[in-house]
Amino acid sequence: MPSSTANPKASPPQIIIKKTTLDDLIQALQREGYQVIGPVLEQEAIVYRPVTQLKDLALGWIDVQEAGSYRLERDEAQRFFAFTVGPQSWKAYLFPPREEIWKARRENGRILMEEPETPPRLAFLGVRACELAAIHVQDRIFLQGPYVQPRYARRREAVFIIAVQCTRAGNTCFCVSMGTGPHVREGYDLALTELEDTFLVHIGSEKGAALMAEIPHREATQEEVAEATRRVDAAAASMGRTMDTTELPELMRQSLESPHWEEVGKRCLACANCTLVCPTCFCFTLEDVTDLTGQEAVRVRLWDSCFNQEFTYTAGRPIRVSIASRYRQWLTHKLGWWVEQFGVLGCVGCGRCITWCPVGIDLTAEVQTLRHMYGRASSPATVSR
Amino acid sequence: MAKGTRKPKLAVWKFTSCDGCQLTLLDLEEHLLAIADRVDIAYFLEASRATVRGPYDISLVEGSISTPHEEELIRKVRKQSRFLVAIGACATAGGIQALRNFAHVRDFIQLVYAHPEYIRTLAQVRPIADVVPVDFELRGCPISREQLLELLSAYLHGRRPRIPRHSVCMECKRRGTVCIMVARGVPCLGPVTQAGCNALCPSYARGCFGCFGPMDSANPLSLGRRLEDLGLSREDIVRVYRTFNAYASAFREGSETYEQVRGHTRH
Repeated sequence: MPSSTANPKASPPQIIIKKTTLDDLIQALQREGYQVIGPVLEQEAIVYRPVTQLKDLALGWIDVQEAGSYRLERDEAQRFFAFTVGPQSWKAYLFPPREEIWKARRENGRILMEEPETPPRLAFLGVRACELAAIHVQDRIFLQGPYVQPRYARRREAVFIIAVQCTRAGNTCFCVSMGTGPHVREGYDLALTELEDTFLVHIGSEKGAALMAEIPHREATQEEVAEATRRVDAAAASMGRTMDTTELPELMRQSLESPHWEEVGKRCLACANCTLVCPTCFCFTLEDVTDLTGQEAVRVRLWDSCFNQEFTYTAGRPIRVSIASRYRQWLTHKLGWWVEQFGVLGCVGCGRCITWCPVGIDLTAEVQTLRHMYGRASSPATVSR
Repeated sequence: MAKGTRKPKLAVWKFTSCDGCQLTLLDLEEHLLAIADRVDIAYFLEASRATVRGPYDISLVEGSISTPHEEELIRKVRKQSRFLVAIGACATAGGIQALRNFAHVRDFIQLVYAHPEYIRTLAQVRPIADVVPVDFELRGCPISREQLLELLSAYLHGRRPRIPRHSVCMECKRRGTVCIMVARGVPCLGPVTQAGCNALCPSYARGCFGCFGPMDSANPLSLGRRLEDLGLSREDIVRVYRTFNAYASAFREGSETYEQVRGHTRH
């Protein structure tokens, strides 16, 4: 193999590892005390679960996604990361669906408070560009401003991120429209691009560099770097969906009284699936659980959703009774008020809400319809369904 | 329970039902001693023929109102009960016997009984809340152990029970079950059904049967269109909405709409 002529000081070092060397990486992370979470095949889908070796990863699968449908097919090329994003996001690990906040116990007439266990240090293997963007959105929600979520902060600080560049786009993907991908640009420790028999590795942090020092590798050739870029460019050119983001908050404001919400409300199930698969949605509820004997109480934080009527209870009654009003709340928050609140759109273009909606409601189509109705279409819009 | 205070008296009543919901109380095995320590189980024929007279602090009522006799009896139970909880699909929605509400009960009686003239029954099966005021309802066919325990704990501590009215999908997502309708094309009532079972069937890759009845803003017609796309006939859709909670309003709306459009072309 010819050695690279690239000057490591001029640009971030780019190196090559054999595909099987990914196992060394997993082992090295575990020696460092990380629990590694990666994509595995489970329940006929690609989900993020703890892995301990390369063999645990879902090898050789492609996902075929459409509005309301997800199927896996064999990948003839036997790639590790040919699939795009699945039903689950990394949110499940940084902001778990159910988490004990505190526990209290009566003992000898006193009440003893117990802190929950310290969360484990996690290493995420296979974070896509849209998912990195989503993590940064949740960072703004949970870490900025006067109210910091301490358990999110502890998890987030400890996490080691191995990003993966998408070399294939799904039918419900639109990260290019949202400016979040598919090229991974920042916020990772290591970033992999899958080539024929190797991975090109970008080092994104000192932690990443230190880890790679333990792993057999060589410098990448210019051809390899160019090939990796070509592969990600190909993914960028094959996005299944697009969304015109021009003045989205303004469009949401203009659409508030639109009859279109009632039309969506007839299709929407208010089942909350879109918000739970969304990597940025953060609604939660707190429950105080007491046992029968009254000796123990636990405060639990649970994922909730703006689509649940009970979530809209204010002063003793629900304020968003119709499904239409809840869909409007979700979309106008995500694509409108979110910007005022957090300085960024709430959508990263991963397409999960489209794929995992049981009735296939597609926000890109709904936005296009609203643009058509309010005369802000950048291209001739067709009213869907 | 502080010493010296009287334990609340609990009664369990059965109307037209299969006993499965009251059995759930016995099924709280490891909690039974703690329950008996804090509650006086005064009337529970499935557990003991020894009974204590009313009034009762809390009554768990299983079953639907299906006969003239039951109509009288539930009024007496209501008078003797401070806090009355309807438990299970029969008590909260009429149960499977409410299928008669979509037909003529006389036709069934003629078919089933050798001497139909001995049968005294109501033309329409009614949930408990249709006949007397009900303080709380626990859904399910049968009810969930955890929800019953939560109800009793909440009652004993004077707080509101945590019984969510959202979809089963919430439970699938929280426990990490991949959507079987989206990933496998399995017809599932989860998106219109109230949670409470911890999404049991989908976790075994079976579609939700709707045991806990409609959630608080169920959209059975939109789901029905999706079920048609997945290959269910209109007759099938009438049937999936007509099981344990057939007479609960959203499911009834679903099945009646699909019954009316039967034979007509969609859209």
